Amino acid sequence: MKASTKDVAMTIPHLVQRFTKETHDTFTLELEPSAVNAAFSFKSGQFNMLYLYGVGEVPISISGDPDDRSKIVHTVRAYGAVTSRMMALKKEDWIGLRGPFGSHWPIEKLSGHDILLGAGGIGFAPLRPVLYYILSHREKYGKVTLLYGERTPGDLIYRSQIEKWRGRFDLEIYVTVDSARGGWRGDVGVVTTLIPKTRIDPTKTVALLCGPEIMMYYIIQEISKEGVTDDRIYISMERNMQCGSGFCGHCQVGPKFVCKDGPVFLFKEVKHLFWKREM
Amino acid sequence: MEKPEKILAEHPFFEGLAPDLLKTIASCSVKANYKAGQVIYSESDPANQFLLILAGKVAIEIFSAERGSLTIKTVGSGEVLGWSWLFPPYRRSFDARALEKTSAIALDGKVLREKAAADHRLGYELLKRFSSVVVDRLKATSLQLMDIYGKHA
Repeated sequence: MKASTKDVAMTIPHLVQRFTKETHDTFTLELEPSAVNAAFSFKSGQFNMLYLYGVGEVPISISGDPDDRSKIVHTVRAYGAVTSRMMALKKEDWIGLRGPFGSHWPIEKLSGHDILLGAGGIGFAPLRPVLYYILSHREKYGKVTLLYGERTPGDLIYRSQIEKWRGRFDLEIYVTVDSARGGWRGDVGVVTTLIPKTRIDPTKTVALLCGPEIMMYYIIQEISKEGVTDDRIYISMERNMQCGSGFCGHCQVGPKFVCKDGPVFLFKEVKHLFWKREM
Repeated sequence: MEKPEKILAEHPFFEGLAPDLLKTIASCSVKANYKAGQVIYSESDPANQFLLILAGKVAIEIFSAERGSLTIKTVGSGEVLGWSWLFPPYRRSFDARALEKTSAIALDGKVLREKAAADHRLGYELLKRFSSVVVDRLKATSLQLMDIYGKHA
């Protein structure tokens, strides 16, 4: 469900059900659906505007299971003033929410395809709902591969879930970090070094990418060499989203409003805007 | 046991190499196995060989007294380890340690340097392939330096 133009500016208080610390600067908030907002549902890739009273509002992707209506989940990395203050939230605190906003990963339409998920840093959070969806409808998809790059092992999110998913025979999961100290037995190297580890069939594969634009740029270069075309690549762009409905223009990229037309775009449609130094 | 030429021909690093050159390179090769945790070489050691990794995983590490060892790259099956044998002063720049049980083909760089000097076709093929590895590592290092997942990203 998309918020209507009537209610996009209305912030609804939600109760923090659970606060989980993922890493030193990243945490997951599980919010109790509000009685006023009981019909809340979302599609993977959409985001909410979260408001911390007296501090400010930030766009945060929804990172929970789209089929689980019992909670609204966001994983937040403390990058700025608002998200840093959110780190002090605890169970039974209140937080404002409006949304969901934006376009979504077209996962429902991709049945029969191999799915390649490329996640970098906190960009894994908006892709996790896709994995939940795929696992609930596993028979509809071919090979499913997750490539996940992070800065260091200490920055990896959803570690126990990744380990659990790695035990499945119907998922290929590759994780790499940019550097590591003793004790890490996994891969070290940039995320593109994971691509040769998996066999990509360009006629069947659709790639969904989320992370820093430079990371997506290099992944696109590599998978293009494997024959994956621009109409089979979806990216999630991040800009300064504020109103969530394309009115304020803060997130405008060329003719597109990332909050309304995105954040998920078919790469073919935004290729000319992507990785552009100046507009 | 498989013939060394066949193993080399199947390794991605030597893909498409002419059979006579494969034969020359194979004559400089031996199988090598490393236990998990075993140090393969250390920084400033003489660099007289390189490894084609067949199975397992090797960490390339840099050491500083204040911060200890930092892994900057891992290499695994289908990849190549070590290029210092090709360039003076033929000394290792990093430490290499097997993270898990690793099998490889070790190639004698000292002999290959002499053979490459005598046969420029061999020299060109080796330099072309190692240059590609160096360029890839350089690109990767640039991305690592940019710290793309950091807070400024």
